Amino acid sequence: MGLSNASGDLSTEVEVDAFRRLFPLRFYEKHLSESIRPDARPLGRARDTTIALGAVASANGSALAKIGSTTMLAAIKMEVMTPSTETPDEGCIAIDFHMPPICSPIVRPGRPAEAAPVVSKQLSDTILSSGMISLKELCLVSGKAAWMAYMDVYCLDADGALFDTALLSAVAAFSHLEIPVVSLNDDGKIVLLSEEQEGMSEREPVNKEKRKLTLCNIPFSLTCILHKNYILADPTAEEESIMETLVTIVLDSSSQLVSLYKPGGPVLAYTSAIQDCIAITRQRVKELQTILEEAISGMEVD
Amino acid sequence: MEVDREDGRTQNQLRPLACSRNVLHRAHGSASWYQGDTKVLAAVYGPKAGTRKNENPEKACIEVIWKPKTGQTGKLEKEYEMILKRTLQSICILTVNPNTTTSIIIQVVNEDGALLPCAINAACVALVDAGIPMKHLAVAICCCVAKSGYVILDPTKLEEQKMKSFAYLVFPNSVHSVLTGGSVQGEPMEHGIITSVTHGIMSVDDYFYCLERGRAASAKLSDFLRRSLQQHPTDSSKAG
Repeated sequence: MGLSNASGDLSTEVEVDAFRRLFPLRFYEKHLSESIRPDARPLGRARDTTIALGAVASANGSALAKIGSTTMLAAIKMEVMTPSTETPDEGCIAIDFHMPPICSPIVRPGRPAEAAPVVSKQLSDTILSSGMISLKELCLVSGKAAWMAYMDVYCLDADGALFDTALLSAVAAFSHLEIPVVSLNDDGKIVLLSEEQEGMSEREPVNKEKRKLTLCNIPFSLTCILHKNYILADPTAEEESIMETLVTIVLDSSSQLVSLYKPGGPVLAYTSAIQDCIAITRQRVKELQTILEEAISGMEVD
Repeated sequence: MEVDREDGRTQNQLRPLACSRNVLHRAHGSASWYQGDTKVLAAVYGPKAGTRKNENPEKACIEVIWKPKTGQTGKLEKEYEMILKRTLQSICILTVNPNTTTSIIIQVVNEDGALLPCAINAACVALVDAGIPMKHLAVAICCCVAKSGYVILDPTKLEEQKMKSFAYLVFPNSVHSVLTGGSVQGEPMEHGIITSVTHGIMSVDDYFYCLERGRAASAKLSDFLRRSLQQHPTDSSKAG
């Protein structure tokens, strides 16, 4: 009783910023009852998304993705390795996600953020189980040499929806990836051919034609917050800390469900809420597909 | 369509369940939960004074430590800790004992499929044994989807690896109430999902089918939980 009276009386006297800090949930509920959020977005709309391919020039493939203020940089390095005996014609992909202290005031150096290993494992599971990349394409010489792709995703600014942005940057980096040209030298070992050697060398490159990976069933994701009867798409970090029930849905381009992740939370998800979230995610997948295609065609023009 | 499972179970049959409380003497609450060959031991210590850094002191804090059967803790264990922590935070009443920490330690004794659901069930029983105030209990179930679209419940490890995809689902336990009603949006409370973790690709319809099967199984699990908790006589209280 005391609290509601206090905020009711104060809401006319206190400044907006102070009210936002003192009574964050009431601040948000006042906005949600008008179907809008403090940054003037309607409830089902995600923030502005941009993708920049080739952000890291020294990597074999890289991309910088931004959803609102959340920024992620993904880069891929390729190395030749011997494939295992059980899968002699398959390469390997290793994905790692890092949250350096630059991204958020809660992350301190020396103490890894709690979210980092969880997002890292989710990212790696999603990409490998979605079947986006066929590992057989990473094979060079069956049984002797195959590619190992190391992908690192760095969070540069953590403002909510970390997994969505990380997945987008990883997918964009894979679509930008250009496999280096290699050839067999006399010892039977694979060597990288640099640009100048390509014309001069007598040795035939092993993989001259196959330089880009074919990506099928690309996964895209959307995180939503469930609060009472409202569904908020693409939350910021402030919204995530106040309303704690998050649902992350990953759909691929053929509308198959790759992952539906709801790690607890005070609000229970009923079937109707899940169907609404999936519908919002379907629209978002179409938006993200257009954005990715524009970025790729922008690169190819150069 | 009849499905042959290796151990002869039908599609919707769960493995034999066994649950015991108060198995450890030093812990404030403890439980062991066996689902076929998957065995998990859970211990609860708390409430202890003080919260960890960066946690809200106006609420009780829950801390989960997951110990695998072999090897060091890695990303998988950290993910399970986070899922368990958020699931248990949503069922415990955190405002009763503010500025305290309750630690839940999960020790995997044997792993044979459906490990996370088994651990969630064990943790709930251990919390009841410790007397931590909760709104309702959570029952967890694993559903696997095969390529042809049929769903089996409570898979063994071999079945999990062979199947196209699986989902771990956690529902609130069923409520036996004198008052009728209490449904939200036309669905009873125990149909709401507390936690859902899926692995592998499935179609959206397959997922909703898993939810139906999961809800039916969670009703059976709730009954088993209620019976086993009501039978067990409580020991004299332990000193803190």
